Amino acid sequence: MKRRNFLKACLIGGTTIALGKTNKGYASGSFEGYPEAMGVLVDTTRCIGCRSCEAACNKEQKLPEPDTSFDDPAVFEHDRRPTSKAYTVVNRYQKEQPSGPVYRKVQCNHCNEPACLTSCFVNAYTKTQEGAVIYNSKVCVGCRNCMIACPFNAPGYDYDSATNPIVKKCILCYDTRLKYGKPPACVEICPQEALTFGHRADLIKLAHERIRATPERYVDHVYGEKEVGGTSWLYLAPVGFDKLGFDTTLSNDPIISNVKDFLGMVPMVLSIWPALFSGIHLLCKNQEHGEHGHETESNQEDTKP
Amino acid sequence: MKKMIQHGLAIVDSPYDEDGKKRTLVNKLLLGLTPSQYLLQAFRNPFNWILAAIFAIGIPILIGRFFFGLAWATSGSNDYPWGLFLGFGLFAMVPLSSSGFQLGTACEIFGRHDLEPIERLALLNGLLGYFFAVMYLLADLGQPWRLPYPMVVSFGPAAVLFLVAWHVATYLSVQVAEVSTAFFEWIGFPAGKRGVRKITLGLTVSGIILSTLHQGALGALFTYAPGKVHPLWYSSSFQWLHFFVSSLPGGLCMVITVSTIAAKTMAWRGDSRFREKLDKVTVSLAKGACMGIATYITIKLIAIAHDNKWAYLDTGWGQWFMLEIIVGFMLPLTLMTYGVHTRKMAIVRLGAFMTVFGVVLNRVNTAMITFNWKLPHREIPPWREVIISLTIFATYIVVYRFILYRLPILYKWRQQEQEETVPEAVPAPALGRREASSIPVASYSSMTKLD
Ligand code: SF4
Ligand code: SF4
Repeated sequence: MKRRNFLKACLIGGTTIALGKTNKGYASGSFEGYPEAMGVLVDTTRCIGCRSCEAACNKEQKLPEPDTSFDDPAVFEHDRRPTSKAYTVVNRYQKEQPSGPVYRKVQCNHCNEPACLTSCFVNAYTKTQEGAVIYNSKVCVGCRNCMIACPFNAPGYDYDSATNPIVKKCILCYDTRLKYGKPPACVEICPQEALTFGHRADLIKLAHERIRATPERYVDHVYGEKEVGGTSWLYLAPVGFDKLGFDTTLSNDPIISNVKDFLGMVPMVLSIWPALFSGIHLLCKNQEHGEHGHETESNQEDTKP
Repeated sequence: MKKMIQHGLAIVDSPYDEDGKKRTLVNKLLLGLTPSQYLLQAFRNPFNWILAAIFAIGIPILIGRFFFGLAWATSGSNDYPWGLFLGFGLFAMVPLSSSGFQLGTACEIFGRHDLEPIERLALLNGLLGYFFAVMYLLADLGQPWRLPYPMVVSFGPAAVLFLVAWHVATYLSVQVAEVSTAFFEWIGFPAGKRGVRKITLGLTVSGIILSTLHQGALGALFTYAPGKVHPLWYSSSFQWLHFFVSSLPGGLCMVITVSTIAAKTMAWRGDSRFREKLDKVTVSLAKGACMGIATYITIKLIAIAHDNKWAYLDTGWGQWFMLEIIVGFMLPLTLMTYGVHTRKMAIVRLGAFMTVFGVVLNRVNTAMITFNWKLPHREIPPWREVIISLTIFATYIVVYRFILYRLPILYKWRQQEQEETVPEAVPAPALGRREASSIPVASYSSMTKLD
């Protein structure tokens, strides 16, 4: 959590500089994720689009009945995204290819340095030691900035609720399973073993081993290993990730590093502006027009030509 | 109102009526009219009928939004979380309200006393703009009653929005204090006014700090979404600068716009000083705005060059971008420069209107139109969302007008009847050296009798 602390220190430090206190130096560094973080490896070459994971998630998270049943293949006609009623969805790509379609499961990727977390102004998100990114609906104000920020378009919002609309997204079954060391519901149910649960570090090794063992089966890339600072969900694919709806333009830096330019400027403004503008005021006051009354209590016409 | 004044109605501009009696609050509120006269003039004004129609439709829908939820009133989409309320209401209203800190700085810090006839209008414009931006925000938040949470319940200090929340909240109170001098004069509370004047310099400097930071912060919010906002409207290094710099001409031109409208529709409310100085002040504001626009266009180009985004100009998005830059910034820059040189006020004002349009278009573009440009569909705001936005804007106009009619914003309050002038004449200590030169009280009455 070094980077986040660094940024906080920047802000708090900036304020304290402005107040004339000392500032402890913090080193910047990139946060690689908790060493014990768990994760899931998705091997899209194994997925057959049965959508059992969607059904399991729906049951585990007590989500409302879906509009169409979980074995209706019609849903594959359009790309879907996670919503407040479905934390995970399976999409079909490469439909016309002779090698057959490729299915991809979409959900919150549980970033190491989540954009949703760093953008939330009430700290509603937490990255747990186990790697899950969870959400506290008790403090959420509903600004939906986290949805703007998430590079994977994961969080969905309860727009229909008037009294308690909240952000809804995959929480890696934190409350009911992950906390007790159990794999999430979708992983447990997958009949194809397309999903593998384990320590993130082990999963990365496993993914590279699979690529090495059968290079003709995979493109040589593990999506999520480096993207936006790394995510707990990792993907293997038989074709270029851009063909499977993945955003391949994301940089390897966490999203927050885009914001650093601005955050770094904040303490500068806080400390420089007061002196600068008071100084200018003093200078201007000594010039001739400072001699004439400003709008003092008299209703004098101003005298400057 | 004009007619009534022709028929010999005395305008309320002092605590005393024609007979030398102290005016009551009700009398001041009714602009010196009897209740029936007041209603009569209100009914005669066709603009009021338009407003009434907007409120008749809009208020039930606004209330409905809180009963039936966001999905009922807005497009409420997971891909486009921010719609008109924030895209227009927050992101466009805030830059148009930067006038308060700019004129505050010019008058109080740089000593530009020639701009004083418009200083109060600029401060009021700032206050109301921010206030209504918050109203739009309340309409948009999923749980608006939790608005104070980032202040008192749960802190996310590393988030840019956290800065925005704190700065807008503190800056709002700074602006309330700045505008309160006019209010204190009007209700007759000189001690309050003196108190505020003592801290004017502090207020002004904190205004500059808070404005720089949150105008920039609104831009920095989008740096959380690299790749989502179209590259022509996005720059990770300069986004906050773009927002900050364009807010400068935005605020100045908004003051030109509002003062033009006020001079046209409520000429009776301005005093001779306002009427005579308006053109000169407008020219000064326009000059400042031109500097701002020129800087803005330059840094926009720098950002495109910095990330080498020229190729995008050759696309449909590029044409839309050029339209925004040309109609919203380059053309008004030319118009205003020409107008300032030839003293053609109509042209200067046209340029100012166009700049306001340009700034609004830029914010709406960044927050809504070009947001998620890679996704196939664009979001068109549904009619309820449009009507709610319109209703809040109409309320803004009504409150604006209500205050301009009454408080000494466009005119000076003649409160110094003999016994009150004595304490009043003691200049505010914060103004230090000016004390010595303060103008004798006697001179005032000869001045204000001018009209
Ligand atoms: S994928 Fe999106 S919602 Fe999930 S942790 Fe990352 S930023 Fe947050
Ligand atoms: S919608 Fe809620 S969780 Fe998301 S950023 Fe806003 S306050 Fe935080």
